[in-house]
Amino acid sequence: MTIQSEYLKERRDQEWRAELRNKLKGKERTNLPRVHMPEESPEERVKHQNLEVNTGLSKEQALVEASRCMDCANPTCIEGCPVQINIPEFIKNIEREEFALAAKTLKQTNALPAVCGRVCPQEKQCESKCFYLTKLKKEPVAIGYLERFAADWEQNSGIMDIPECAPKNGKKVATVGSGPSSLSFAGDMIKLGYEVTVFEALHEIGGVLKYGIPEFRLPNKKVDIELDVLKKMGVKFETNFIVGRTASFDQLKEEGYEGFFVGSGAGLPRFMNIPGENNNGILSSNEYLTRVNLMGANNDKNDTLVLKGKNVAVIGGGNTAMDSVRTAKRLGAERAIIVYRRSRVEMPARVEEVKHADEEGIEFMNLANPLEYFADEAGRVNKMRVQMMELGEPDSSGRRRPVPIEGSETDIDVDLVIVAVGVSPNPLIPACLPDLTVSRWGTIEVNDNMQSSIPVLFAGGDIVRGGATVILAMGDGRNAAKSMHEYLMTINK
Amino acid sequence: MNQIVEKEFFSENVVKLVVEAPLIAKARKPGNFVILRVSENGERIPLTIAAADETKGTITIIAQKVGVSTEKLAQLEVGDALIDLVGPLGKETDIHNVGTVLACGGGVGVAPLLPIVEGFKKAGNRVISVLAARSKDLIILEDEIRKWSDEVIIMTDDGSHGKKGLVTQGAEEVILREKVNECIVIGPAIMMKFTSLLTKKYNIPTQASLNSMMVDGTGMCGACRVTVGGKTKFTCVDGPEFDAHQIDFDEMMMRLGGYKTEEKIDFEQFMNRS
Repeated sequence: MTIQSEYLKERRDQEWRAELRNKLKGKERTNLPRVHMPEESPEERVKHQNLEVNTGLSKEQALVEASRCMDCANPTCIEGCPVQINIPEFIKNIEREEFALAAKTLKQTNALPAVCGRVCPQEKQCESKCFYLTKLKKEPVAIGYLERFAADWEQNSGIMDIPECAPKNGKKVATVGSGPSSLSFAGDMIKLGYEVTVFEALHEIGGVLKYGIPEFRLPNKKVDIELDVLKKMGVKFETNFIVGRTASFDQLKEEGYEGFFVGSGAGLPRFMNIPGENNNGILSSNEYLTRVNLMGANNDKNDTLVLKGKNVAVIGGGNTAMDSVRTAKRLGAERAIIVYRRSRVEMPARVEEVKHADEEGIEFMNLANPLEYFADEAGRVNKMRVQMMELGEPDSSGRRRPVPIEGSETDIDVDLVIVAVGVSPNPLIPACLPDLTVSRWGTIEVNDNMQSSIPVLFAGGDIVRGGATVILAMGDGRNAAKSMHEYLMTINK
Repeated sequence: MNQIVEKEFFSENVVKLVVEAPLIAKARKPGNFVILRVSENGERIPLTIAAADETKGTITIIAQKVGVSTEKLAQLEVGDALIDLVGPLGKETDIHNVGTVLACGGGVGVAPLLPIVEGFKKAGNRVISVLAARSKDLIILEDEIRKWSDEVIIMTDDGSHGKKGLVTQGAEEVILREKVNECIVIGPAIMMKFTSLLTKKYNIPTQASLNSMMVDGTGMCGACRVTVGGKTKFTCVDGPEFDAHQIDFDEMMMRLGGYKTEEKIDFEQFMNRS
């Protein structure tokens, strides 16, 4: 038995959990239907950029849903969680109405439960390993909704539990970037007794949680409350600071930093390199979302502007594409269209995001690929030429490859185009460190312990993966914290 | 932090600010820029560093009032602080000993040109600077440029200072007179375009420093993209300096006008409010 499974067993054997398991018969639990997340109506929500679409479970809903969980002896759900949340324990705490303890359980391994409860693709993680799904072929326990319920309950209670930290060990470490991987790393290292400074290039902490994900999916104030907990635990935050530029790694080492975690994210937006793509009115999803989410360009009181369009095309089929197209709708687009080269089932976006987009009147132009853009005299895009595609043989990703249909080109009127076809790693850090091994795509190469070719430098998230999810980045941050702790303890013996 | 310690108007619309920024002052190299925000609701404004004093821990930035954000910047007084300031950003200028360098600056483009001129001079080059503007009061940093140049030629559109004519006339005069090994040009896009065409004619390697639109300035948004040698580059991380003969200046000028309508409305509203 591993330490982890022994620990889980010990927790499961607590008297209250055993009692709770016997309170209801198995059938009484499994016969309950999965809860539905309450939502704002599509008509109302498209009017507001900052109105959250999912409104969260009521207490009654949460109690029923929590009672569905069988508190399995072998909780496979945890295997699906990159940050190893003790899922049955937090859910059972909800069932016995100990919501504060549920939140506390989450925060043992997850620095950002209110974030993860909203943006994690649970259907691909914990919920995909749920007993209900794998054994009963029923809908899994809504672990994500319950996580959000517990985290929100604590936030709304006004009393945030501050996780305990080990006595200071006198060592300083730094993160480069303040996105999910860095925050997760910082949360674990501060608990282990390190002094932790999070360095961020932008003027706001949170990385993609702030500049990328729109408020209607993740309100900034939810992020801020979780950041405040990290602050209270002792994590220091430095904005407007580019490690490697504002001060070099060597300068920081001289200031006593012994370990660095690079979570600088996927910087460079990718474009398709097709004719007319540099016309005005064609921008990356990063630019579009940053102007709106980080700079508040949708609000007149802010100086930053954002181009508005009547006919907006968003190129791509991922979550960022959905965020962009739904933002365009909220900013007044008459037509907001997803243009994606594969069919709807191959879209990488979460099913929930596609459903929400659909309800909001987003048009889907599937099996279509942009070929060229045309502009008016001032250089503003006014038309795009797309080629229709059909699906051929599966490619290396296992998805059927889109193949152009000859002679199928059509022109559509557009006055704003958002390109959301992926990102490349941010080149700033590798450019400052000639000894750092990077792949030919520019991602930092790390071993299984998230350690790079420079021993004191660990990395995780999109700068390593090239483009992933919040929760995978957070898992990397945790792994890196564990490894760096072991490493720093060994070399200092 | 980020306190303004000195302020001077060079002309009605051009202001010099000396800002407390010890880390940036220490780290910056010629060619680098900073991004700043004036206040809580402010835009992120990219501005090249004109000078730095490592001992005092200050940097000098020069801004021209062109819209709401630069108007607000120019309204700050000594003692006020910028809410945000980050840098140094961008690649540093490739400075080495090449022989004779022709440095052409137009308008506020002379500000970023200054540390480059200083760098080339210190690297042992003969430096000839050509500064151009519409009229005398728009010629900035003349004395500072003189300090690091073997010769300075002033060109004004109206002949109110130096010679009457365009920057290209001043530059061509030098090229015809003596061997120029390298040229650097910074100024309005149209001025860089024609200077670049001139030096191309004489086969002189030329660098231009671009003032593209930016949001984050760290390689994230792609607003600053520019076509160089047929390929899309990002001014913030690949530049700001590029081989001028490879830059698609027409596209760049078109892109600089991308928010013209929105900016105009925004500025009118701002001026009506204040």
